[in-house]
Parts: sequence; C-alpha cells; structure tokens
Amino acid sequence: MSEITKTDKSLANKKVEVVTDGESEKKYTTLNLGPTHPATHGIFQNILKMDGEIIMDSESTVGYIHRAFEKLAERRPYNQITPITDRLNYCSSPINNIGWHLTVEKLIKAEIPKRVQYMRVIVMELARIADHIVCNSVIGVDTGALTGFTYLFQEREKIYDIYESICGARLTTNVGRIGGFEREWPEKTWELINRFLEEFPKTLKEFENLLMRNRIFLDRTIGAGPITAEKALNYSFTGPNLRAAGVDYDVRVFTPYSSYEEFEFEIPVGTKGDTYDRFMVREEEMWQSLKIIRQALTKIEKEPAGVFHANIPEFYLPPKEEVYNNMEALIYHFKIVMGETEIPVGEVYNCVEGANGELGFYLVSDGGRTPWRLHFRRPCFIYYQAYREMIKGSMLSDAILTMSSMNVIAGELDA
Amino acid sequence: MEVLQNDQIASGLKNIFGDSILNVEYLDYLTITVKRDAILEVVKQLKEDSVYGFGFLTDLCGMHFPASVTGQKEQLGVVYMLHSLEKNFRIRLKILFPIDDPYVNSLTSLFNGANWLEREAFDFYGIQFKGHPNLKRIMNTDDFQYFPYRKNFPLEDQTRTDKNDAMFGR
Repeated sequence: MSEITKTDKSLANKKVEVVTDGESEKKYTTLNLGPTHPATHGIFQNILKMDGEIIMDSESTVGYIHRAFEKLAERRPYNQITPITDRLNYCSSPINNIGWHLTVEKLIKAEIPKRVQYMRVIVMELARIADHIVCNSVIGVDTGALTGFTYLFQEREKIYDIYESICGARLTTNVGRIGGFEREWPEKTWELINRFLEEFPKTLKEFENLLMRNRIFLDRTIGAGPITAEKALNYSFTGPNLRAAGVDYDVRVFTPYSSYEEFEFEIPVGTKGDTYDRFMVREEEMWQSLKIIRQALTKIEKEPAGVFHANIPEFYLPPKEEVYNNMEALIYHFKIVMGETEIPVGEVYNCVEGANGELGFYLVSDGGRTPWRLHFRRPCFIYYQAYREMIKGSMLSDAILTMSSMNVIAGELDA
Repeated sequence: MEVLQNDQIASGLKNIFGDSILNVEYLDYLTITVKRDAILEVVKQLKEDSVYGFGFLTDLCGMHFPASVTGQKEQLGVVYMLHSLEKNFRIRLKILFPIDDPYVNSLTSLFNGANWLEREAFDFYGIQFKGHPNLKRIMNTDDFQYFPYRKNFPLEDQTRTDKNDAMFGR
C-alpha cells in the first residue's frame, strides 16, 4: 500500500514556483480554491497554479462528502435505497428517485400504468426545471447579477410546494415507491401545477430579459470555459453540457423511459460549448419541460382516474391503514420488509436523463433481499474531470463561472 | 441507417479475437465477457471500427466476488458500458481476474472519461490499471489502507452482537 501516499507531483506540495527563461523571472503561486469556498457552491477543492490571474494548471480533489452509497446500498432492501438516491443530485431528487424505481421495475419486469408514467413525467420535468433554475440563476449571481436569482428562486419554492403536496418533503423528496406513488395526488397538487404553469413563464421571461442580451453578461459568459464536441464526447459528457457543445444526445429520446416517446419536444443544442451556450441550453430546456408537462396534463385526463400505482403487491408497499386492517396487506408488508419476496437474479442497467445528464443505475441482483452490487453512473463525477482542461489558461473569475455553469453538485460528485 | 444486431457484433468480435471472447449473453444489453488481457484491443476495435462506432464510454465500475460466490478463487471484475451514439446501441463488456493479480490495461488512452472512473475502481476495489496517468485514490484519503467496497470489508462495526443479518436474509 506504500505506493498511495502523496507524491511530489501533487501541486499542493509547491507553494511558490520560480521559473526563469534566461532573461525574466516568473513566479507561479499555488492557490487553494476550496474545499469550502463561498464561490464554489459545494465542498470541493481545486489547487490552482497561478501566473498572476491566469490559471496555468489545476488539480481537483473530490470526495469531501463521500458517503459510500454503493456500499450502503448493498445492505439495504430495495425500497430503502430510494432515500439514498435523494442525496445524489439534491437539486432534482425526484429524477433520482424515479430513476431508481424504474431500475427495479426493469429488473422485476413490472408493468406500470400509463397514468403513473405521466405523473412521473410531470414530477421529473418539474425537478428538471428546479435544477436548471438553480444553475442558471447562480450563473447570474457569479456574473454579479443577484436580481434574477431572487426572482427565479421564488418559482423554485413553488415547485417545492408541489413536491410537498405530493410526498410531504421538499428537498430530499423520497417521492414515490417501486410501482408508482404512495398516494393519489390531492386536488391541491393539480391546482399548484396549473398555477405554476401559468405564472412561471412570465417570471422566466423576465429573467431572460434581464440576462440574455445583457452586455455585461454576454461579455462574461461568451467564450468562458469552452469545450469542443469531440472532447466532450471523449470525456463522456452528457446532458446540457454535452448538448451545449453541439451533440444532440438526450436519454429521453435515445432510450425512452416512462413513455417519453409519446411526447413532442425539442432538444436544444449549442455550438461552442461555452458558459453562454450551457446557460442558453438550460433556458430552452426549461421551456421544453413546460411543454412536456402541459402535454402530460392533457394525456392524464384521458386515463382512468385514481390509478396511482402498478398492481405488484409483492413489491409495492401497501398503505399503513391497510396493513393494520387487511390481512393480505399485512402479509405483503411483512414479506417486503423482511425480504421474503422473490427478486429475480440478473443485472440491469437503466438510465434516465437527469438534470445534469445521463444518470445510470447498474444493478446486479443475486436474488437476495438487497442488491449484490449497485453502481451509480453520476454525470457530474464524469464530466467534472474535464474541468482541469476547460479552465487552463483562463482567468480565475472565469473558472468560477465555468464551474457553476457545469452545475457540479457535490452530492452527485462524491456519492 | 443500418441497425446493429446483437449477433453481428458478437460474431464480428469472435472472428477477430477468437478465444479472447469468453462468453456472450443477451441480457438487457448485449453482454460480452472478454479475457482480461484483450480488453484494450476489444474496446479499441469497437471504438475505431466504423461498423460499430462505440465512441462513448458510458460507465465503468469494479466488482468483487469472494470465494464463497465463485466457488474457487476470490475474483475481481470490471464492467464497461459502451454506447454507439450514431446507431444508438449499447453494449456491456466484462472482465474477471483473480484478486492476487489485479492488473488491467487502462482505457485512458482511448477515453479521457475513463480516468476518474478507473481511479474510483482502484480506490474501492484495488484494481491496478496499467498505463493510467495518475492512479491514486479519489474518494478516500491517500493514506487509507483498505479497499472498502470489497465484500469482506465490514460496513458497520462487526463487534456488535445486537444485530444479526442472518435474520434478515443477508
């Protein structure tokens, strides 16, 4: 084990480096950006080698909030893994939750009613909007425009109100169960969604008016932290960051899940993959998400009302009042909680289009009560590798902007 | 556009690599078990042959199989997910090797994205990737002495007697 100690190569070991080219002398200083820095929105460290204000090289350290989710998941029954997934990308927990449910449903080959699928689409698209709100308004903050942030965050609160009416939680939602939702959505949820669909476009438009053609914003973001499509693909970029580089890869279209193939929407793409493109792709995705939610609402009206879960009693936890009053429900509850249900042996990879990209779950089951192995493909973790290359030669202030426009979420980065 | 077929890929690889293709399964995605030493060449072929065009590394993760599972020797494994974006086709590659010889060729020469994923597999499973530019721990501290995702690494304090997993199916 002796080979894994801090090597001399590490930038952290050099405080000041002096380089001469015969005539003049240059001083490179080492700067610690993080682990806790107000500008980086999360716990990650970047050791930067600076020439004045220009970044010559950098070294990213991740793992500050590593919680060994994959190990934890090996000791948890399937229904108890949902709260773990909440804490991956905590800006859009419902996508993670439902992605996990879809994975288990793929393993057990469950058939999900259309109405449930549409309900899931609504929640996932709301989550996508909430996530993009965070990212885009924070890009605004990092360029010095706090106003847009305050406007959009009010709307995010409204999305959280919708979550709250569905599942009782706001941030780490733990929404739904394997097979569907835990209860029928109350009347209030539909009211809140309709009100949101009415009010949000106005606020979003206002936000766009503030930033999209703002000279300062344009100067700060255009050309900051660009990446070409080839490089982005080589770095396994997915999601808005890849689309900003000009590749129209979207899991919702390539590998449709939850009936996404029935929806009409467009995939926005950028050209240069810089901060401005990433901002614009996310803006447009919010509009497209609204479009999808509207379609889902009309589709739901045609489905039989009151269906909110699939008919898979061996996997779907029954409501508590049933458990106490109904023998069958009690038996199924006992079987699920004690791990007596038969779970197929096999392995599945299932992916959903998370707010940051392809969120994948690689699940290996040996028929036991818990997964034999569960691996999360976290888009953040994979594309954050390119950060070093993207900020090389740029100014420190642009590096901050690049990071916030990549939407690196510490929870997803470290798992 | 031509659609890729499972059989076409499997037989195409068998023609080139012969014995190095150990097993072909048709699970949710085509799953091919490859000899450990051939993995780099197989992935290179899949990436560079325009018939396949698997130019996107979706995922890479380590696995551990204790002797009680394999029935013989303790094994480590690596699972790769590749994606051909042009043809929208996914494929899963697997390699298995004994735990006392954990050396695998690194994919970093083909995919930049493999860098941290391989570091993660090294950190948690102790898989040594040959040719990796910077193979050091990524999540745990550099002086950490264990490979914590191996099955024999306890999740909780094993001296506790008030919890018996055997009662709960595991």
